[in-house]
Amino acid sequence: MEINLSIDTGLVRKVLVEFIHSEITRAGFTRAVVNLSGGLDSSVSCALAVEALGAGNVLALRLPYATSARDSLDHAQLLIDQLGIEARTFPITEMADGLIALEAGMSRVRQGNIMARLRMIVAYDQSEAFKGLVVGTGNKTEILLGYTTLYGDSACALNPIGDLYKTQVRQLARALTIPEAIIAKPPTADLWAGQTDEGELGFTYAEVDKLLYLLVDQRYKPEECVEAGFSEAFVRAVVERIRRNQFKRILPPVAKLSNRTVGYDFLYLRDWGT
Amino acid sequence: MRLTIALAQINTILGDLRANLEKHLVFIEDARRSGADLVLFPELSLTGYVLQDLVPAVATLTEADDPIFKALLKASRGIDMVVGFVDEDARHRFHIASAYLSRGEVVHIHHKVYLPTYGLFDEGRFFAPGNSVRAFDTRFGRCGMLICEDFWHVSPPYLLWQDGADLLLFSSASPGRGLAEVSKLESSAWVEHTNRAYAGLFTTFVAHANRTGFEDGLNFWGGSTVYDPDGKLLVQAPYFEEALTLCDMDMNQLHRTRARLPLLRDENPALVQRELKRMQHGN
Repeated sequence: MEINLSIDTGLVRKVLVEFIHSEITRAGFTRAVVNLSGGLDSSVSCALAVEALGAGNVLALRLPYATSARDSLDHAQLLIDQLGIEARTFPITEMADGLIALEAGMSRVRQGNIMARLRMIVAYDQSEAFKGLVVGTGNKTEILLGYTTLYGDSACALNPIGDLYKTQVRQLARALTIPEAIIAKPPTADLWAGQTDEGELGFTYAEVDKLLYLLVDQRYKPEECVEAGFSEAFVRAVVERIRRNQFKRILPPVAKLSNRTVGYDFLYLRDWGT
Repeated sequence: MRLTIALAQINTILGDLRANLEKHLVFIEDARRSGADLVLFPELSLTGYVLQDLVPAVATLTEADDPIFKALLKASRGIDMVVGFVDEDARHRFHIASAYLSRGEVVHIHHKVYLPTYGLFDEGRFFAPGNSVRAFDTRFGRCGMLICEDFWHVSPPYLLWQDGADLLLFSSASPGRGLAEVSKLESSAWVEHTNRAYAGLFTTFVAHANRTGFEDGLNFWGGSTVYDPDGKLLVQAPYFEEALTLCDMDMNQLHRTRARLPLLRDENPALVQRELKRMQHGN
């Protein structure tokens, strides 16, 4: 089967802009806060939020750590200037180092998680100060692979791009005229020097997006994906990653005791009454 | 005979009957002033769609002293209408329902027969299925009403056709889904394709009102349509935006189309019935 992840960016843009506007205004807000890393995903979420709410209603946050690439800050600034939005910069080095220094030899994964969660804390604090909801920046690829820090970069009030694969986010970025420097650079969580998503995951987004599209969207069995040309080891690794990370995609289970329990038989949308 | 139908493509407030009623009354009055004879609202237009545990709280009784229906019945003195609501029957079963109101009376109620309970849908968990598909007489001729999944199945439109309906009134709250390179969602393309097919295959008018807006992450794509007995698109409301879209229908098109293409005359329901009976009895 031919795997075509091309999207009509005009249609997607219209739905996502209206989604952001609808979900923020019906919650009683008019503004949004976005953690702007200088990468592709947060640039797209930010640009969509500006289109939905107006430049004066979006606050971009730059939250560098000491080892963050200079590019990250510069690229975020490029977008801030292009969109003409308010931005604040809070270095998180001191906050993070305060915890990291308490234990010698902390692994870089632990340190990276601390940084991701501190950025969440700053975003939610600014959410209260700016009276804006936190707009999420996680794409479908990283949600499915669990390539995210729980209660860190995954934390948000609403996520406009969570049903778009990374390669589709890139198409949308072009339509939104995100600066080419941001679109072209290798994706990175920038939690330590030289880190790249594709280096850490061990495969490219172009490859894994096609596999995920077959497994998830087209409901192919793993063995059918192998028949379609993907290596067995790759398919097995991705299927296992999806399963192992389900906990990051749902609320923690509540132990059921009563006749009516949140999460099982107390069922209402968040938009209840609005 | 001519009939002007108004497609009331609205967004709703989830679980707020009063607010939704107010919007209905505004659209009904606009339609009446614009000269429409009949106004068609989407599925669950009085309540919102993903109701879940709100179902018992928003259920309505179609009685003259019910405050919601009292207002609608009063408005129906000036214009006929189809509204969507949760119908609680005498035994306290809850149905997704459409009511046809005219001249202060409830003419017909349809209970959604096919409740999608798969994929993103969970209707069978909260609602009881309807058990009949009947056409009914109106001052514009014989009509039939179906709700969303009802017309994803081929048999309900067929039954209405055979029961004499020359105007099919479809309502839905269709969540948009299915991305592709083209500028139309797969769900929109599918519904337009099938509705056009019914109009052509049954040489009948098919009017469809779909809702707009969002409920959590679900978008409702609007794009309400009217097709004529040749399968020709007479009108389409905009995608994603609230609109009141009028369509002037020349009902004599039924005469012209069926003179050219006598599919109704030649249809053989007795054969269908015989063969279905044979299949049911396994021989």
